[in-house]
Amino acid sequence: METKPVHFKNLSREESYGYDRKTLDYIRNAAAHGLYEIRGMGAKRKLPNFDDLVFLGASMSRYPLEGYREKCITKTLLGTRFAKKPIELDIPITIAGMSFGALSANVKEALGLAATEMGTSTTTGDGGMTPEERRSSKTLIYQCLPSRYGFNPDDVRQADAIEVVIGQGAKPGGGGMLLGQKVNPRVAKMRTLPEGVDQRSACRHPDWTGPDDLAIKIQELREITDWEKPIYVKVGATRTFNDVKLAVHSGADVVVVDGMQGGTAATQTCFIEHVGIPTLAAVRQAVDALEDLDMKGKVQLIVSGGIRTGADVAKALAMGADAVAIGQGVLVALGCNGETYFQNGGHHDAIADYNALGTAPGFCHHCHTGKCPVGITTQDAMLEQRLSPAVGAKHLKNYLKTLNMELTTIARACGKQNVHHLEPEDLVALTIEAAAMAGIPLAGTNWVPGRGF
Amino acid sequence: MERLTFDLATQPLRELNTFLHTGAKEGKVGHVTVLNPDGAHNIAVGLDCPINVEVVGHAGYYAGGMNKAATVVITGSAGTGVAENMMSGKVHVRGFASNGAGASAHGGLLVIDGDAGLRCGISLKGGNIVVGGSVGSFSAFMAQAGRMVICGDAGDALGDSLYEAVLYVKGTVKSLGADAQYEPMSDEDIATVASLLDQAGLDHDPKAFRRIASKRSLYHWNADANQEY
Repeated sequence: METKPVHFKNLSREESYGYDRKTLDYIRNAAAHGLYEIRGMGAKRKLPNFDDLVFLGASMSRYPLEGYREKCITKTLLGTRFAKKPIELDIPITIAGMSFGALSANVKEALGLAATEMGTSTTTGDGGMTPEERRSSKTLIYQCLPSRYGFNPDDVRQADAIEVVIGQGAKPGGGGMLLGQKVNPRVAKMRTLPEGVDQRSACRHPDWTGPDDLAIKIQELREITDWEKPIYVKVGATRTFNDVKLAVHSGADVVVVDGMQGGTAATQTCFIEHVGIPTLAAVRQAVDALEDLDMKGKVQLIVSGGIRTGADVAKALAMGADAVAIGQGVLVALGCNGETYFQNGGHHDAIADYNALGTAPGFCHHCHTGKCPVGITTQDAMLEQRLSPAVGAKHLKNYLKTLNMELTTIARACGKQNVHHLEPEDLVALTIEAAAMAGIPLAGTNWVPGRGF
Repeated sequence: MERLTFDLATQPLRELNTFLHTGAKEGKVGHVTVLNPDGAHNIAVGLDCPINVEVVGHAGYYAGGMNKAATVVITGSAGTGVAENMMSGKVHVRGFASNGAGASAHGGLLVIDGDAGLRCGISLKGGNIVVGGSVGSFSAFMAQAGRMVICGDAGDALGDSLYEAVLYVKGTVKSLGADAQYEPMSDEDIATVASLLDQAGLDHDPKAFRRIASKRSLYHWNADANQEY
């Protein structure tokens, strides 16, 4: 019998770079369904990020602070430009806007409880404010979105700040999306939608169309709240330098810039992966815009999109952000992508439920299905019991506490008594890409690509 | 009940709005007249008590915005977003209204005696709108609930991507938007139109209106239907 030599197998099974197995699956899926893929979470592709920067700790030329004894201030003020009542936070780490609808009511309550205990703010989302989150949150930011689902003046009045959402990092230029499985009776009622519809919300605001209009819209919100509450403007990161300038021109007290690693509960994959710029590049442009207008420190900058660790927070602050907002990291702290969930005093295996979705812990992005195996991104009466507000709040508080300790550890090592004193000079870049995007010199050199030698 | 007059030629807008949010709620003043509005933006926004406000002249953007319980009458024309996100009460524009009139209104009644611009009743969420004249293109875009009565004509793409809101038009419609369709008028529809016309103080034959509502074919993803996603 004739046998083939086996030593050609790597050659005969060479995977194509352009047509790798993932791409083949993508094409087959498109051919089978005639519809693009929709999923949750943020960009999964490898992008230059904060890991590509490192701090220059104090040494001979700088004087460090004692890590455990000397004070390092984390207090953060937001909305000092026009608002009579600016937001005062104990830490510069806030909870990003995520909707009731995308998340269960239990999760929204957990976010409020943990944020309140840590002295920070939480944010509503596309779908309005729930009584649970208002009750549990000492400082609650109320989003005004294109859809205006559940938007009402009583909630404007009981909010601590208003965030006008122009876009989000996962889908700059796109509107919200909530598939029918998650539009249960309560969600439907809050959003004035028929139960079970595949909700695709507007991408443009209904009552203004450009920055000159937005200036008047912001003035309306100020008049309604008697100029008490800060007005944030949130943009997805694209033409960030211009967008931040226009947000400032429109009268924002605070600008929120969300990079392409920012998450979503449901968006077309092509949108998540191919529209927007990385957070690292967006921070630089946003800070440049504020400095260009001499507005640094007058209009505050919140950065979001892929902030995971205390080091990420420290780097964002050093580059010029006043605070960060976290979404996905917060969900992971609550148990997202975990192998188990905690219910009735014990851990329960969730792997079978991941398998039923065709995925596994660590890879799951099925927020859009509403079948979250750990009870976070769901409106299902059974599944949502898998995350109780108290248990979620405890884990989230620990996570935020850890980030804050890491942040102050780094700040002290750089000789800073206040985390807001971290500066770009404390950073160097490890890659040419990161150096170019962040405008931070490549480690061991004075070289910032694009700025000559 | 006392009557009070604010003259925007000499008093700042903020003073007027602050009074309407605080002093007006004490209930002593039943009627506020606003003189010389001169197209100022954000007149009488965020009211939440049953007070009567008369704006004598033209208003800018968002007049009567987010109104709750109050009655706001504008004797002239109104700019973009009049009565946007109204919750209850009434806003009456005796002149014309610009774009996005009554946008995302959750309740209440908006009456426009003249014509309305583009996107009238966009994202309507339960409010009622009666337009004595015609409306521009993309009116009632994505309107979710509530009713619109249009006594004149409508521009292009009327009722595009409608949810459960219902539109009634007397004049000609340049084109319907995606997923909108004409439906027969029931006795209930005729009664609804009659009641809204009556509340608006407009005299038309309710039987002369046509009903437009959603085909509901965009409610769910359906690739095979060749919908334009």
